[in-house]
Amino acid sequence: MANKFISGNDAFAYGIALSRPHVISAYPITPQTTVVETLSSFIANGTLNSEFIHVESEHSALSAAIGASSVGARAFTATSSQGLLYMAECLTYASGGRYPIVMMNANRSTALPWNIYGDQRDSISLLDHGWIQAYAEDAQEALDLAIMSFYIAEHKKVSTPFMVNLDGFALTHTYEVVDVPEQEKVDEFLPPFETDNKLDLDEPKNLGFSAGPDTNTEFKYHEQQGMLNAYEVISECEQKFKAIFKREYPGLVEDYYASSADFVIVTLGTIAGTVKDAVDTLRSDGKKVGLLRLRYLRPFPNEEIVKLLKDAKAVAVLEKDISFGNEGTVYTNVNSALKKGNVTCPTSNYIGGLGGRDIEKHQIIEIFERITSMQSEIKFIGLKGE
Amino acid sequence: MKVEKVKVSLNTVDDIPYAPFARPGLVTVNSGFRTQRPVCDKEKCNGCHLCYLYCPDGCILKDGKSIKFDLDFCKGCGICKKICNKGAISFEDEK
Repeated sequence: MANKFISGNDAFAYGIALSRPHVISAYPITPQTTVVETLSSFIANGTLNSEFIHVESEHSALSAAIGASSVGARAFTATSSQGLLYMAECLTYASGGRYPIVMMNANRSTALPWNIYGDQRDSISLLDHGWIQAYAEDAQEALDLAIMSFYIAEHKKVSTPFMVNLDGFALTHTYEVVDVPEQEKVDEFLPPFETDNKLDLDEPKNLGFSAGPDTNTEFKYHEQQGMLNAYEVISECEQKFKAIFKREYPGLVEDYYASSADFVIVTLGTIAGTVKDAVDTLRSDGKKVGLLRLRYLRPFPNEEIVKLLKDAKAVAVLEKDISFGNEGTVYTNVNSALKKGNVTCPTSNYIGGLGGRDIEKHQIIEIFERITSMQSEIKFIGLKGE
Repeated sequence: MKVEKVKVSLNTVDDIPYAPFARPGLVTVNSGFRTQRPVCDKEKCNGCHLCYLYCPDGCILKDGKSIKFDLDFCKGCGICKKICNKGAISFEDEK
């Protein structure tokens, strides 16, 4: 084990390098660039033995990763924002083909207006494309997710590609002390990638074919089952991770006083750190508030949300995303979970952090104050003039 | 390499593989629209296997020093006849 003072992107690059991917294919885009820069420098100086494919676009980056995975190679790519949208066509090739590629996405606003700063509209708009989606809060979690993502994605029962999301700049470019594990420990944790879903001279087969109305539904059913199997594989993975690395993760959600709170904010990513700070302040004043941090959006933690929020008096979903014409997509998903679990407390939706605008602690305290009296509202926070 | 075609049933969801890959067997014979079929004159064929390289459907198989056709999947496009320098491939009407 070695402590290093590194950025979120560098931490993620260490996690990927320790996972020994056979192939890395990527095209640079702010704020993802430094993660692949760091990986290519590892390859150049001989500390990482991977094939780095320089491609001319994100569409090609993911296509190359799909090609690599379809011959049984462990494959990694990384992107952000417009690059992720440009990959969109290939996302369903990877997920429908059941190729367990790992991608890091640096969460960033989508054009127009052009903006390179962080919000989560890029990945959340692609929730339906069949990828596991995890959201890191800090650099250590980012590194650990890089390692765990291969374990979960490549598990035979899952066989689903995995997108790890890091908030652009707030996580990708901020520096923290990070514990970088030893290679031997990672080798002990992460089994080699083995699959029957590959080109194989000893067992020739047809790969990536068409499936008409007669069988298409069944392929999609299997895809759903693979994603649902991730629930138990994530738990199994985190137990093994704890046994080897002595670091514990709480599954699909993190409970920060949520189960013992009357008023709870549900959010994801780095903003959870500021919410924890606000919760600490309000708790010291005797207010029963809490945070439920979503670590995964797919598969969605329906049961965990119900378990933690069943006694809440009001819930606010704070997200850096909006589905225009409706509401924040995380809010839609959380409401669905609560409805299915017969939880009837009022819920509100706060849209903030768009295009990289900071969400400040006093705004989070205001949200806690508003939901003590509000029945339900959908509101942009920090709107100029309000 | 000999590839055996496997008879599969697709009656339940468990018959369908978890990913779109399958050993030969899910694919059905696909040549019904062919009006002419290729025939190789083995006296003229010198075994250069250019046709083997050019066949877009992989329907030409090496057969010793000559070739044979997989008529289950040959679409009758005629590229093999066009590319053959020895004039060994001709087409005859399907009956």
